Amino acid sequence: MTLVYPRESLSVFPKHLTPAYRSTVKRSPTKPLILVPHTLSELTGPVYGHDAVQEGDSDLTKQHKGEPLGERIIVHGHVLDEDKRPVPDTLVEIWQANACGRYVHNVDQHPAPLDPNFTGAGRTVTDKNGYYRFITVKPGAYPWGNHPNAWRPNHIHFSVFGHSFLARLVTQMYFPGDPLFPFDPIFNSVTDEKARQRLVSTFDLENTIPEWALCFRFDIVLRGREATPQDKH
Amino acid sequence: MSEITPSQTVGPFFAYGLTPNNRCDWKPSDIYDWKDTVGTNLVTPDASGTRIRIEGRITDGDGAPINDAMIEIWQADAQGRYASPADTRARPNAQFKGFGRSATDKDGVFGFDTIKPGPVPGPNGAQQAPHIVVCIYSRGMLRQVYTRLYFSDEAANAADPILALVPQDRRGTLIAHKQAGGGQTLYRFDIRMQGENETVFFDI
Repeated sequence: MTLVYPRESLSVFPKHLTPAYRSTVKRSPTKPLILVPHTLSELTGPVYGHDAVQEGDSDLTKQHKGEPLGERIIVHGHVLDEDKRPVPDTLVEIWQANACGRYVHNVDQHPAPLDPNFTGAGRTVTDKNGYYRFITVKPGAYPWGNHPNAWRPNHIHFSVFGHSFLARLVTQMYFPGDPLFPFDPIFNSVTDEKARQRLVSTFDLENTIPEWALCFRFDIVLRGREATPQDKH
Repeated sequence: MSEITPSQTVGPFFAYGLTPNNRCDWKPSDIYDWKDTVGTNLVTPDASGTRIRIEGRITDGDGAPINDAMIEIWQADAQGRYASPADTRARPNAQFKGFGRSATDKDGVFGFDTIKPGPVPGPNGAQQAPHIVVCIYSRGMLRQVYTRLYFSDEAANAADPILALVPQDRRGTLIAHKQAGGGQTLYRFDIRMQGENETVFFDI
């Protein structure tokens, strides 16, 4: 199977310069990006298989002596390519704030409590069907100073590898119905409504565990589709 | 219209998850023992070739260091082969992954210990000069940016098909400069997001 990575697919990505998100102003390229062909250097990519993760890495509620505070949730879904084929055996890493909206990172000075039973980092590898599953707690919203009274909607950060370095994706998963959506310039940096909704997980009643945890589904679609004969040069 | 999942910024707080053991001020040993999946040292016992160190500093449009960036590098081995299913050539050095990840420190400095890559196949049968694909993430970047690192002491740069697509007066931003002296071979590669000598970034 030969995959191709049409650049048009990237049209749903945010623009590098999105002034409403202030930090982009000094950190985005000002000169035009140079269009280059996809060579072996781009069409290949690192492979991190099941040996990269340890038992328990995907359960963020069991990494300390006690259980973290907050709403226990399951976050699961499939990693797919543009043809909606599963991406098996690929590394998925997540990190997030605790239930109070505080990150364990020492630069985070939001005056909300740290939770000694929660770090907020997890990782797993997709199975042969591209499926992944985490157990965690729902992260809280937090203020971030981008503009007056700016609060980030609840979100979990995702890092995914895929079949090549072109498919590499760092993104954020949001929760359905968040009242902060209209006010968040990071979420709204994706200007296409349908594409933006792909960042929002869906409530998955069927896979909640009664008396124990709610469940949200987040499918991730990476760059890469099968080459059609005219794609092969 | 494509249906891929859009990118969002890595944000300022990735270090405890993605780079817990390098250059972040937070000490994982104080709170939590989270091992690096990917670190700054790419060298493996089975990797032949010249050991090198790469160091650089990333700065923003004001020339200020970006102290919360993450730099990822992807490279071939000394024989120009990639540790990836998409490169079907036989590869006896199975441990060498060719992938590294470094956070930046308070001065915006990142660094890697690795093996100098060999030349790799390019488009239409051409050969590419030894190079490393560099991918940059940080707060204020809603999507990653890609660039390439070439080596100052490679005559093959002159015939590289990708460098040839870059305006000549900007090619220098892609060259890592070999530093004189010292016990190890050190290449210096600074990244400027904007301004005079803005690094060349690629649309891929």
